[in-house]
Amino acid sequence: MTLGSIRHQIRISRSADDVWARVRDAAGLHTWFPGLTDCQVDGKNRVIFLGSGMAMPEEILVSDDVQRRFQYRITAPIFRHHRGTIDVIELGDDECLVVYSTEADPRTMALTIAGGTAGALDELKRQMEEHH
Amino acid sequence: MGRKILFVTTDQQRYDAIGCNGGMVARTPVIDALAAQGYRYERAQPQSVVCMPSRSTMLTGQHVSTHGVWMNGVALPVDAPSVAEVLHDAGYRTALIGKPHFEPFLDPFLRFTENRLSREPLSDGLTHRGFEHFEAATHGGQGMLHYARWLLANHPEAVGMFYPVLDGSLEVNALGGGETGAPQVWENAIPKEWYHTDWVADRTINWLDGLDADDDWFCWMSFPDPHHPWDPPKSELGRIDWRDVPLPEGYPQTAAEREAILDRKPRHWRAWYDGSLVSNYEAPADWVPATMTADHVREVNQRNAIECELIDEALGRVLAAIEARGWGDDVDIVFTTDHGEFQGDFGLLFKGPYHVDALMRLPLVWRPAPSSTPAPAAVTRPVGLVDLAPTFCAIAGLPVPEWMEGKPLPSSDTDADARGFERSLTEWDSVLFGVDVHLRTITRDGWVCTTYQAGHSHDGTEGELYSLADDPLQRVNLWDDPAYSSIRADLVADLWDHQPAMHQPLRRVEAPV
Repeated sequence: MTLGSIRHQIRISRSADDVWARVRDAAGLHTWFPGLTDCQVDGKNRVIFLGSGMAMPEEILVSDDVQRRFQYRITAPIFRHHRGTIDVIELGDDECLVVYSTEADPRTMALTIAGGTAGALDELKRQMEEHH
Repeated sequence: MGRKILFVTTDQQRYDAIGCNGGMVARTPVIDALAAQGYRYERAQPQSVVCMPSRSTMLTGQHVSTHGVWMNGVALPVDAPSVAEVLHDAGYRTALIGKPHFEPFLDPFLRFTENRLSREPLSDGLTHRGFEHFEAATHGGQGMLHYARWLLANHPEAVGMFYPVLDGSLEVNALGGGETGAPQVWENAIPKEWYHTDWVADRTINWLDGLDADDDWFCWMSFPDPHHPWDPPKSELGRIDWRDVPLPEGYPQTAAEREAILDRKPRHWRAWYDGSLVSNYEAPADWVPATMTADHVREVNQRNAIECELIDEALGRVLAAIEARGWGDDVDIVFTTDHGEFQGDFGLLFKGPYHVDALMRLPLVWRPAPSSTPAPAAVTRPVGLVDLAPTFCAIAGLPVPEWMEGKPLPSSDTDADARGFERSLTEWDSVLFGVDVHLRTITRDGWVCTTYQAGHSHDGTEGELYSLADDPLQRVNLWDDPAYSSIRADLVADLWDHQPAMHQPLRRVEAPV
């Protein structure tokens, strides 16, 4: 088995709608994901630029305003499979849970990417709560 | 002007890899001479048997639970306590040259300072973890560290000569090479002068050359070898014929013997040997130890020994440079490593959650500055890498900060007894793709005792108990022997009395390594 599946989550003291507005902005990921320097979106295609200088092509699969779910996959050949999923779950009027899941084959990439997603959740919380 | 400190580390080197500790394969005259002039520790142990936690202990002088780097892939915060910072604040010039590994290497987002420093050098007056000079290297020619960038800029044809450390799935590579097909053995066409061992020594000499004669300095010279892959420069392979390398005493020569020994240990030992469980990222996921032959062991140990000889010679060059500067009488030299290596013991290679001498008994030599007129001694009492940072403070004439948990190393057994060097603690925690393993170990009074906490393969009742005097190869597990139940109970109680609580919240795993 070479599939790695890792989940990180964080509670944010901000409404699910406010947080979802940031998450659904596909072109703004680099503003809250440490280690990304830029994002370029063209329809369903997105390219993220990593701090190491690598460019990573992605396909946006789901951007569901009702479920508040954003889903994408990295299409770079080093991945046999990738699925990134961000769910924003309402916990109350002014609180939500954000779950960032990473599946990848090779599984080692799941660990490597998920280290970044955990840092991204921390940064998202910081920004959303600081600007409230 | 005070005493200067050259701190020399290797990576993944066994106690018996050097001549002064009885090693018979590698010739290490430089280290042996230092041992003859100073203190040689016969029971020096790491607080973790993998790189990042162990190196964090060296830097902070803290146990793993306290600094919180509980497995490889967990980053030591950049503002964590650092002995280099203590020394720098006291006026020492400070450098780390070679392998740091306080932060993960696999870092495509370039989130970690260690990986950025080759592109964004420290500005004048700034330090990283207390080091004003930082030049990093690791086991190969690729990546983001200084050595890889130097190699690419100056000798690009050599970048691809090293063993491919990771395979196509970014797992630790199981690919075999050499004449026997042993895993991680490789013929590396790189000229010796471009190999990372010589590069680390060259850069150290270069940094020392830039210091003023009356500067006090602390230099951590950190060789990436003899950690696998075993790919020393091909030009050096004639030093030792692998066919002449004796099989280690710890290598049981028949499969039946190996299996019988492993079956007396907690079940993850045999499961790894058989290839049914890989609990950690430190060994190739696709390699089955049971397939290892005696010739594989010989060839691995040949390459390993050659790497040890190259380190010894590189250290000799640095010492000659220090003598040439007129500093010889005023330099303390501490030589050690971060953890050991199986190298065939129990029919295994590499490392993992296995607290036995192969991984836990380390070479440690302290040659105090000759101006301090040390009385050479062999110290048999247990000491730990947690004691290094306090030792550096003591050498510099500084008080040991409260946050350090070790004590300055003893100069003799008498000194050790007077200052309470009774026990050494080692811990392991790992969580990887649903497999978790948790060990706590105490070494005291000639016993090694390991308790297991509940995890993927253990229910929390398992353990290991070995008498170092009666069973130096740790083959007979006495944990469940009623005759030793009181000794076991006493050791376990003592362990938990002294084991620091784990840092909370638990630090996050950022990458596999």
